[in-house]
Amino acid sequence: MQPFTTLTAVAAPLPEANIDTDKIIPSRFLKTIKRSGLGANLFDPLRYQDGVERPDFVLNREPYRHAGILIAHENFGCGSSREHAPWALLDFGIRCVIAPSFADIFHSNCFKNGILPIRLPREICDQLMQDATQGANSRLTIDLQRQVVVRPDGQEIGFEVDALRRHRLLEGLDDIGQTLQHGDAIDGYERERSASQSWMPAIAVS
Amino acid sequence: MSGQATAPRTLFDKIWQSHVVERLEDGTAILYIDRHLVHEVTSPQAFEGLRMSGRQVRRPDATIAVADHNVPTSDRNKPIEEPESRLQIETLERNVAEFGVPYFPLLSARQGIVHIVGPEQGISLPGMTIVCGDSHTSTHGALGALAFGIGTSEVEHVLATQTLLQKPARNMLVRVEGALAPGVTAKDVMLAIIGTIGTAGGTGHVIEYAGSAIRSLDMAGRMTICNMSIEAGARAGLVAPDETTFAYVEGRPFAPKGEAFAQAVEYWRTLPSDSGAHYDRVVELRAGDISPLVTWGTSPEDVVAITGVVPDPASAPDEARRAQLQRMLDYMGLSAGQRMTDVAVDTVFIGSCTNGRIEDMRAAAHVASGRRVAPGVRAMVVPGSGIVKQQAEAEGLDRIFRDAGFEWREAGCSMCLGMNPDKLTPGQRCASTSNRNFEGRQGPGGRTHLLSPAMAAAAAVTGRLTDVRELV
Ligand code: SF4
Repeated sequence: MQPFTTLTAVAAPLPEANIDTDKIIPSRFLKTIKRSGLGANLFDPLRYQDGVERPDFVLNREPYRHAGILIAHENFGCGSSREHAPWALLDFGIRCVIAPSFADIFHSNCFKNGILPIRLPREICDQLMQDATQGANSRLTIDLQRQVVVRPDGQEIGFEVDALRRHRLLEGLDDIGQTLQHGDAIDGYERERSASQSWMPAIAVS
Repeated sequence: MSGQATAPRTLFDKIWQSHVVERLEDGTAILYIDRHLVHEVTSPQAFEGLRMSGRQVRRPDATIAVADHNVPTSDRNKPIEEPESRLQIETLERNVAEFGVPYFPLLSARQGIVHIVGPEQGISLPGMTIVCGDSHTSTHGALGALAFGIGTSEVEHVLATQTLLQKPARNMLVRVEGALAPGVTAKDVMLAIIGTIGTAGGTGHVIEYAGSAIRSLDMAGRMTICNMSIEAGARAGLVAPDETTFAYVEGRPFAPKGEAFAQAVEYWRTLPSDSGAHYDRVVELRAGDISPLVTWGTSPEDVVAITGVVPDPASAPDEARRAQLQRMLDYMGLSAGQRMTDVAVDTVFIGSCTNGRIEDMRAAAHVASGRRVAPGVRAMVVPGSGIVKQQAEAEGLDRIFRDAGFEWREAGCSMCLGMNPDKLTPGQRCASTSNRNFEGRQGPGGRTHLLSPAMAAAAAVTGRLTDVRELV
């Protein structure tokens, strides 16, 4: 996983609530067996009409074609658990999403793919969207080390992030390797359980 | 986490605490997982990850795989036509063989939608932690198990470690008291709940459903309710295990047998929430206030009584919401004030993990019996598993459907998400027993109205959204 330290990038405003995972990446694009390549179909229903780009959609306009940050309204990422949603964002080049609230599974999937989801109050999201409409000069900086969003005028807005997740993002660490360091505890748990709940059946299909 | 071991605990607290392997500094738990259900869409990249890092599946005997999302629901003996679907299914079959994971192949009667198969086979049991790379894993909570959807990185994490890194959820209680009126089903109860709390209402919470209306539901109804917990934003749904649960579990292929079953039941009886347990949020509904419901918009919270009308965007509280409502109406091809019973449909889909069980087939067949699908309507019935299909055929339900002009298909997700050839074309309007009415969910440009199986069958025979109470 690519570490996330600081990011300075164009922010694209998407002033809509309840952007669901079917909008982020419709199910017909989930037939891949790889993680890459989904960026072309990110926000497909909003971005294209009959295979042609809709000129009014934000990611089809300059400078937002090169956006690295997305700002949206409440409940971003609701719907399915598909990790294809963060993969599509990442493949497009988005490494940070700012919104007043996120759906749970999407929120946790972001961290596992090196994307930083930032929760900020609605008024602040609206201000940042305002900044983002200023064109090419409207780049935001996200400093994860210091936990601040830096506005184009230099003003800093603090944000909260879970300490462990922050640490893993900063270091680019993968969860599995970390958990396997607790292998003895898992072994012990399994031994204790198989003694106390010996009725627990095993699955085998012949 | 709420409380010490001695304080009154909720069902969620009990399952959670008994599965914590270790608590990390920041409160994250390494949570042990009892059952891992794997399907073809969210697993290829997880197995790829294992292979790349030289890791094994830690507990194949706690894992089961089945293909469901992509599978064709027409003749199973023919090769799968869509190359990408075929590739995903072949990839799953290669992976389960390589990693030694138990698998129900396509031609097995035990194949079906993963959330139908787990309970049906006795793989999902009370008190367990159950995960799957699919948000509707919440279905299994009906057994009194903590069951939730995970992403593909987490699928890989569970395959490799049999654990997950999780923070405890908050507890929410949804209590539904009273008796349901005739024609009102579990689906209507759940749509009413989502309509009340909204699609973000349960965010960060596990919802426990309680009250006399829930207790009196059979397991199929409880599964319908828990299934759509995710549409209410919750991480999971739960119903406390009781005699109905134990009777359902007993004798299922993978359930404990004989003395082991008795021991298990003894343990399961300790699981229901203690009296006085703390909930962070409580919502109460009266069963008698719930009528048959349909959705009118593109979010599952957009519900209205079948006797009602399409809402007017002008009545929305603010400009953003007004614009959003108008956009939904444009997408759905509806106008404010239109009566729901005047909305004509051209497609009817009965199936999915929400309503693809034998009880759902029976409810739909009851309405379809002796009637004909309206001219110009395509109505399909897709059983949730091969076992459901066999049972329905043994009861003659397939005949009732076929005689009425419904298509009777093989088991799979089908038109719930349109990853296989069963999908809507732009502008088509579907009365669907599935769980999501998002834009394009059932096919690009398709319009979805969520409703119960009986209501779907009623729409099929009249060609419009219909109050089922007029037909039975
Ligand atoms: S039936 Fe629909 S909701 Fe259920 S698992 Fe399949 S695609 Fe998902």
